[in-house]
Amino acid sequence: MQVRSILAVTLAVAFSTAAYAQEFNDPAEFKKQRELLSTKAEGPEGKPWEQHLGGAMVDTAKFKKDGPHTICFSNAGVFNPWRVVGLNNMKGEAALQKDRIKELVILDAEGKDDKQISDIQSLLDGGKCDVLVVSPTTTAALTPAVEAACEKLPVIVFDRGVNTKCPVTYIHPVGGYGFGITSAEFIASKLPKGANVLAIRIVPGVDVLETRYSAAKSIFDEAGLNVIGSEFTGSDRAKTKSVVEDYINRGQKIDAVWMDAGDTATAALEAFEDAGLPYPVISGEDQQDFLRKWQKEKLVAIAPSYPTYQWRTPIIAALDILDGKPVPGPEWNLPQPAITQETLASYIDERMPALHYSLCGCQDLPGYPEQWGGK
Amino acid sequence: MTAIPDTARPARRIPLRGLNFAIAIFVVLYAGIAVLQPNYLEAALFMNFLRRAAPLAILACGQLYVILSGGFDLSMGAVVTLVVLAASMLIGGDPEMSWPVIGALYAMGLAVGLANGAIVAFLKVPSIIATLGTMLLVNGLALAWSGGAPRGDLPDNFRNLGRLVLRDVPLVGTLPVAVIILAVATLLMGWGLHRTAYGRRLLAVGDNPRAAELAGVPVKPTRISAFVVSALAAVTAGILIGGFSGVSVNAGRGLELQAIAACVIGGAQLLGGRGSVVGALFGALSLFALFTLLNLLGLPQALRDSLQGVILIAAVGASVLRHRRST
Repeated sequence: MQVRSILAVTLAVAFSTAAYAQEFNDPAEFKKQRELLSTKAEGPEGKPWEQHLGGAMVDTAKFKKDGPHTICFSNAGVFNPWRVVGLNNMKGEAALQKDRIKELVILDAEGKDDKQISDIQSLLDGGKCDVLVVSPTTTAALTPAVEAACEKLPVIVFDRGVNTKCPVTYIHPVGGYGFGITSAEFIASKLPKGANVLAIRIVPGVDVLETRYSAAKSIFDEAGLNVIGSEFTGSDRAKTKSVVEDYINRGQKIDAVWMDAGDTATAALEAFEDAGLPYPVISGEDQQDFLRKWQKEKLVAIAPSYPTYQWRTPIIAALDILDGKPVPGPEWNLPQPAITQETLASYIDERMPALHYSLCGCQDLPGYPEQWGGK
Repeated sequence: MTAIPDTARPARRIPLRGLNFAIAIFVVLYAGIAVLQPNYLEAALFMNFLRRAAPLAILACGQLYVILSGGFDLSMGAVVTLVVLAASMLIGGDPEMSWPVIGALYAMGLAVGLANGAIVAFLKVPSIIATLGTMLLVNGLALAWSGGAPRGDLPDNFRNLGRLVLRDVPLVGTLPVAVIILAVATLLMGWGLHRTAYGRRLLAVGDNPRAAELAGVPVKPTRISAFVVSALAAVTAGILIGGFSGVSVNAGRGLELQAIAACVIGGAQLLGGRGSVVGALFGALSLFALFTLLNLLGLPQALRDSLQGVILIAAVGASVLRHRRST
C-alpha cells in the first residue's frame, strides 16, 4: 500500500514537471525569436533603446496633447538588481527629458498582482496621468486592469506582456528564447559533439527563465551535447558554488556551464578555481563582476543579455505618443545584443558595482555613475 | 530548591547516554554519499564538506542557546545577509579595512542580539514574534542600505576566512580555514553551555523560568545573553558565507529555519530545557549531508524538495521518539 502511494506521488510529480516543460517550449516562438536575433535594427545608430526590429508603426495622432506631461508608471516591483538598474534607467531618461515632463509618478506593486491592480486603479482615479506605463507582475492577472486603463488614456506595456492588444505598444527585447539561443549556440560552437554541459538556473516555473532554458536545451540536443544536470540555485551564490562543487566531485568532466542568469556566474567559476581545474566555457550575463572576471582570466565566454535599457524606451514612447508621432507597435521589438570577446572591453567600467547590468544604455544619462551605485 | 540538581542532569547524562543520535543520522547519510561517490571518503573532500557545512553548524550552535532558553531566533538569516552586504560595502575591496570592519560587524551583531533579548525579556514579547520583527527590520535595512544591489567588493584576506584551504597540513592533508573557525566556535560554545555555571542557568531558565527565578537565577540577563550568542554566531557564519562565495543579497535566506531544524535533529527540545552543542553540530552536518546526498542523486527539483521534507520529518521524529523513550 505504502509503496503504491509513493509510486503514485512520484509519477504525479514527474508528470507535473513534464507539463511545465511543454508550456515553455513553443517552436513557433522559438523560430520567430531566432529570426529576430538576425534582423537588422531600424532607428538611430548606437541607441538600441530607440531602435526596433521590423514590425509596423501605429498612428498616435489622436493622443496628441500639449505638454509638459505627467507620466504614470505602475511598476511590478524592484525585487532584484535587474529591476533596480532598470528603474534607475527610467528615472535617468525622465531627468534627461525633464523640460517636457511635469512629473513621473511611480507606484511600486512589490511583486503582488492585487497591489498592482489597485495601483493602476488609483492612478486612473487620480486623474493626473496623461499616459500610463505598466510593467506587469504577471500576464493574465493584469490583463483586465490594463484593458480598463486603455479606455481612459494611452497605455504602454513593457518587459512582460498582457493578453490584450489594447495598449498602444508593448515594448520588449527579443525574449527568453533569444537569450537561450544566443548563449547555447556560442557554447555549441566552442565544443565538440558529446561534450558535457551543466545548466545552472534560478527558479523553476518562471516564464521568462523557462523559455531561456528550453531554447538552450533544444540547441544542445541538436548539437549533440550532453546536459549532465540542470540545477536551481535561487540566485544564491553559496548554493551555486556548492552545487557546482558537487558536480565536479562526481568526477564527470564539465566542459561548459550554461546559466539562465548571470548573477552567480562568478561563484560557479570559483568552484573550478578551488578545485584546481581549468575554467569551463561559460555563458553568463552582462553583470560587471562576470565581465571583469572574463577579461582577467581570459575566459571563453559570452554574455547574452535581457537589456535593462528597455526601461528607457517607455519614456521615449510616452512622449512620442503625446506628441502624436507614430511609434513602433503594437509590438516594439528592441534589439537584444550579447557581449562577446570583441566588445567585452567596451562594457567594463571599474567604477560600477559588481551586479551592475552593463547593457543599461545609461552612460549618457544625468547622474551616471553615482545614481547607479558607481563611484 | 531542586533547580540546581535538576538542571545539572543533562550535562551529566550526556556521557552516560553515549553518542548523540544525530551522529548516527549523520553517519548514515554520509555513508549514502560515499556509496554514490566513494571519493567523498578522501580527507580532502571530507574537509571540503566541512568547509561548506561550517556556517550552518555555527548557526545551529548559536540557535541552540536561544532554543535552550525557551525561545527561537528567526533573525539569524537576516543578520547573515546584513553581514555579507555590510562587509562588502564597508570594506570596498580594501584589504586593510577587513579587520576593523569585522570588528564593526560583531558590534552590529551585538546590537541586534541585545535588541532581540531586550524585547523578549523586558517587553515580554514571545521570541518568535520579536525575532520575526527584527528579521524584517534587519532585512529591510540591509536592502535599503545596499539599494537592492550589492556594492563594493570583498578583498582576498576577507574571502580567505571562508575560502582558503591550507595545504600540506600533517595528518589531514588539507585544512580549510573555515573548519578551524568552526572548531574554535563550537568548542567555545560547547564550553559555555556544558562546562560553566552560566550554561546551567540557561538550561534552568528554559526548563522552568519561574523556578529558576525563585532559585535566584538572573532570568532576564540570561535570556538576553542567549540572543547575543546567537547573533554573534550569525555574524561568524555570515563572514564565512561571504568568504566562501562572495557578495549576494540572498546570502542568508532560510538559514534560520535550517538552524532550528539542525538543533531539533540534534535532540534539542523546542521551548527549552534540553539539548547539546554536539547534537546541534551533528544535526547541522546531517542536514548538510542530506542536501549533498540529494544533489548527488540528481533527482528533479520537485521530487528533491519533497524527499528532503520526508527525510527531515523522519529524522526529527526519530530523534524526538528516542528522547521520549529515554526520559
